[in-house]
Amino acid sequence: MPRFLIYAAEGVKIAYEALRAYKLRSILTTLGIVIGVTTVITIVSLIQGLNRAFTSEISSLGTDTLYIGKWPWMMDGDDWLKFRNRPNVTIKEANEVRSASQLAQAVAPVMRTQRIIKYQGKSLERVAVVGTTEDYLLTANATPEEGRFLIPSDVDQNRAVVVIGSEVADKLFEKEDPIGKRVSIAGRKFRVIGILEKRGTMFDNNLDILAIMPIGAFQSVFGATRRRIEIQVKVVNPAMVEEAEYELTGIMRRVRGLPAIKENNFAINKQSMFLDMYNKLTRVLWAVAIGVGAISLLVGGIGIMNIMLVSVTERTREIGIRKAIGARKTDILWQFLIESMMICGLGVVIGIGLAVGLAKLVAATTPLPAAITLWVVFLGLAFVVGIGVFFGIYPASKAAKLNPIEALRYE
Amino acid sequence: MLIQLVNLSKVYDIGAVRVEALRGINLSIERNEYVAIMGPSGSGKSTLMNVLGCLDTPTSGEYLLNNNRVSEMDDDQLAEIRNREIGFVFQTFNLLPRANALHNVELPLIYNGTPTQQRRQLAKEALEKVGLEDRMHHKPNELSGGQRQRVAIARALVNKPSIILADEPTGNLDSKTGDEIMEIFEALHEQGNTIILVTHEEYIAEHSDRIIRLRDGSIERDESMSR
Repeated sequence: MPRFLIYAAEGVKIAYEALRAYKLRSILTTLGIVIGVTTVITIVSLIQGLNRAFTSEISSLGTDTLYIGKWPWMMDGDDWLKFRNRPNVTIKEANEVRSASQLAQAVAPVMRTQRIIKYQGKSLERVAVVGTTEDYLLTANATPEEGRFLIPSDVDQNRAVVVIGSEVADKLFEKEDPIGKRVSIAGRKFRVIGILEKRGTMFDNNLDILAIMPIGAFQSVFGATRRRIEIQVKVVNPAMVEEAEYELTGIMRRVRGLPAIKENNFAINKQSMFLDMYNKLTRVLWAVAIGVGAISLLVGGIGIMNIMLVSVTERTREIGIRKAIGARKTDILWQFLIESMMICGLGVVIGIGLAVGLAKLVAATTPLPAAITLWVVFLGLAFVVGIGVFFGIYPASKAAKLNPIEALRYE
Repeated sequence: MLIQLVNLSKVYDIGAVRVEALRGINLSIERNEYVAIMGPSGSGKSTLMNVLGCLDTPTSGEYLLNNNRVSEMDDDQLAEIRNREIGFVFQTFNLLPRANALHNVELPLIYNGTPTQQRRQLAKEALEKVGLEDRMHHKPNELSGGQRQRVAIARALVNKPSIILADEPTGNLDSKTGDEIMEIFEALHEQGNTIILVTHEEYIAEHSDRIIRLRDGSIERDESMSR
């Protein structure tokens, strides 16, 4: 066994005995470290849990789909007036985009409203009614599980047909097969031609309470003017989203005849806008984690330095004895460094334990998910052992420099 | 020659005051001698003991210990010399309170890097030598004064040092226990160890073969005892 390991083993043994002899004091000393570690690990695990949850929330918005509309999804309150006066997007514009774009795989104009759907005395409220074209199959990933989706002839002839969401099918039809049945929306009858796959929720909206009809049929029931239209564009290749955005901007400006000096009077939205906003929000959480963590680790570190200074004073005589029988300066230095690292280590272990417990508690009692990852734990451990060295070095070198004669005489 | 002091002086500068603790000491001690150093307080015997024990370095003069020129060593070298060449026995025992007897005796071996197995073995042997084989796992506060001093002697012995340096080893003991401790020193001397004893008790000093009396930092008398 190398000599250093022999000293280190002695250091660990002595530190362990010292920690055991002053149990309460040691635990109180670690408190700052415990709070720091617990805060950081809990917040980081919350953020990581949120990340996962958020990514799955917005997964129904394809990464390769662009949404052209009057309003941007994200805006500051003051901009509202500016956007209000923009012209509405029209079906004609959607058709222009569809014929001009090289990078679009599918282009669907979309109109929306919320209505009651009835079938034989049963009714379902607040159903999202969508008027669109056959391209919506691609732009919104609206895959039918039974029956079929809209086809071009449905749209061209404004047929009174609907494709319904899985929850609409479950609630209105129970054991009957909905295909071919007639449901009534706003007093008109629509024949059910397909049922969509289950799509889950996005930001607490149930995406399965839905009815999709040809856009012409939609306009004839709910009116054609003053309704907001959104153009959904699916890009041929997810890697081309930026180019497509550029191309679409050009087409829209040309269609609207905007001179070069005027800015866009439409918005092109995409999924990454949510991600950007989300990242902005979590940046605050990160800052809180780092801030609270840093402050409590600093306070904890000073606490450790303080207690190590006390310990060095209390054990002056012990240091004298060790020096008298042959301990060198570095041996004493290491002994006290190991002790402060062990106090820190104890704090980390308690902190991690608390953080794991907290994460479980949060996951169990709130919808917030929390996930502890191993790298955070290791990072914390390494970091805090560093703190142990940083704040332990002064007391330890004070101990190492003691004059053995005076230390032996110390009462 | 085991110890040779040549014109050795130690001066303390305490602010404006200069204290000459040792003034030109010349002294030789052979292997296997049993020497007592005596003197009233302030005579310099503690300083001499600290220098002999390599806890302190002289201001001027030479100190040769076992052919090592101690007077010119740095802290780490002195630590190594203390570890190898010197076994201390103190008036107040100076054991580590939280360590048991065995661990206390192992301590000097830890600082010279003796592997664990061998260390334990040597420490046990040393404790057997002072008759404490059945108290190895007791902590100092579970031992009597005499037993504590015997642990301290075992610790001093365990590294087979050139000198055993005892500073008032019976000062904190009743006379009966003190006699027992002196018997141990006698036995160690007979086994070939060199013993230097610092005391102010005449009857303790009489156990030795040679008494060196100090006064005001100088050797006043150096006499060999006939037994």
